[in-house]
Amino acid sequence: MAVEGENDDKKQEQAAPSQEKAAPSVVSAKNLSLTFETNDGPVQALSEVNLEIGKGEFVSFIGPSGCGKTTFLRVIADLETATGGEIKVNGTTPREARRNRSYGYVFQAPALYPWRTIAKNVALPLEVMGFSQSEKRERIRRTLELVNLTGFENKYPWQLSGGMQQRVSIARALSFDADLLLMDEPFGALDEIVRDHLNSQLLELWAKTNKTIAFVTHSIPEAVYLSTKIVVMSPRPGRVTDVITSTLPKERPLEVRESPEFLEIAHRVREGLKAGHSYEE
Amino acid sequence: MNAFRHHVLPVLTIVLGIVIAWYVGSVALNSAWQLGVYERADNTEWTITDLWTDTLNQNRPVLPSPHQVAVEFWNTGIAPLGDLPERGMRAISPRTLIYHAWVTLSATLLGFAIGTATGILLAVAIIHSKAMDKSVMPWVIASQTVPILAIAPMIIVVLASIGLKGLIPKALISTYLSFFPVVVGMVKGFRAPEAIQLDLMRTYNASSAQTFWKLRWPSAVPYLFTSMKVAVAISLVGAIVGELPTGAIAGLGARLLAGSYYGQTVQIWSALFMAAILAATLVGLIGVAERRVTKRMGVSA
Repeated sequence: MAVEGENDDKKQEQAAPSQEKAAPSVVSAKNLSLTFETNDGPVQALSEVNLEIGKGEFVSFIGPSGCGKTTFLRVIADLETATGGEIKVNGTTPREARRNRSYGYVFQAPALYPWRTIAKNVALPLEVMGFSQSEKRERIRRTLELVNLTGFENKYPWQLSGGMQQRVSIARALSFDADLLLMDEPFGALDEIVRDHLNSQLLELWAKTNKTIAFVTHSIPEAVYLSTKIVVMSPRPGRVTDVITSTLPKERPLEVRESPEFLEIAHRVREGLKAGHSYEE
Repeated sequence: MNAFRHHVLPVLTIVLGIVIAWYVGSVALNSAWQLGVYERADNTEWTITDLWTDTLNQNRPVLPSPHQVAVEFWNTGIAPLGDLPERGMRAISPRTLIYHAWVTLSATLLGFAIGTATGILLAVAIIHSKAMDKSVMPWVIASQTVPILAIAPMIIVVLASIGLKGLIPKALISTYLSFFPVVVGMVKGFRAPEAIQLDLMRTYNASSAQTFWKLRWPSAVPYLFTSMKVAVAISLVGAIVGELPTGAIAGLGARLLAGSYYGQTVQIWSALFMAAILAATLVGLIGVAERRVTKRMGVSA
């Protein structure tokens, strides 16, 4: 932990070698591992993970369940603590980063508080962080507009569809303007049509806000469509098997999914997943 | 019309059934004594109608008939309220049921308030400290395994020796009973938030006070009302039990005890009805409060 400060400069140089050359590293993991102690003995959730996420990147984590993609996201968020290796978030420890409120987290389920209206749900982090009344109002308005939910301020979560609820939870994660957005299969429970729609909305939002996004998914098209970098992971122990830098342009209409480039990347992801799956035979 | 058929009619049918069964039971249980009376009076001329009317209007029946209880309840429990404008508080004399009901009710409400507050505070301590969870919870459970009838006189005696008499000791017996469902319910309620909702607060670096007020407390509200309904009903039981060892001075408990000393079964039954009505009203009021609060919290109807 003591070496944190000294390493900063060096790390920023090696960060994000692919997409944006000079971008400083937002997340930097070195030989990261995490072992859970369970009743059936130790389970290695992460093993020797090395990864750099540069500023402004959209990084997807893909892999079968149990490959540690969610665990890795939770380590970044300081919801789990790594048992080996080193990880820096914004150049500090994950705990420090969490204390600085430097990321917004979107969970698999919307996790809205049912007794709060939509506006009040978005206001939750703002209340916790002590924003002023006028600032709160302004941010609620702005983030709800960003996720196309203006006019739903006074509705309760149960009055909204699943897709709308998840958009509220994204607005909530955006409301306090953290530069890093951690998303754990946010659209996993939604149907394909809603999902496509939200994917393109998310890309727009990413372009507008210039945030760094780490996105866990188990859908190949979703990962390829959204990301500038795709991290393919495999289970037992959870490890990174391939890191693919996308060659797709930043501007991506839905039709990009039929382009040969898209299919080529998707193919490589599929190959990576297959290689990781060999343990099943 | 539909409301009548679906709600009023079934209730009326049940009530009618109970009243009829009660009358039948009344005749069955009281006629033996009535026949004895006839025999001693060498009355052999009695008809079945005589037997009916006489058994249903005895002074000290084994089981008073519904109308006897209703008349007593009205005369001592309701009618004195009508004299209030004329006679002021003198209308509510210690001879009336309403006086005793008020004595019991005040101890119930005080005991319930202290019990609920104690229960909530203990639950807060238990969920925030593992030591409290391990050390206090067994005592909380053990406290309820002691029969209240055994411990109530001791509480009265001990408190009397330090100068506490009247309302407070009775209220404390109510507290003793009523804090329990609140502790158990609120511990469950404060732990009701899902892991993901708690994780969310952690990502905001929220303090435990913030997590408590913004997440745990609202999550526990439904549990609070459920446990308060149980608590208020046993508070009333506690207050009545607390009145038994005080030498039958005042309260529904005293009224019940006096009734059993002097064989005043009609008085006992009307006191029992008063207790039941009080309990039902209190539980009903909490139900009303619950509906208001949950509506304000946006729960779908």
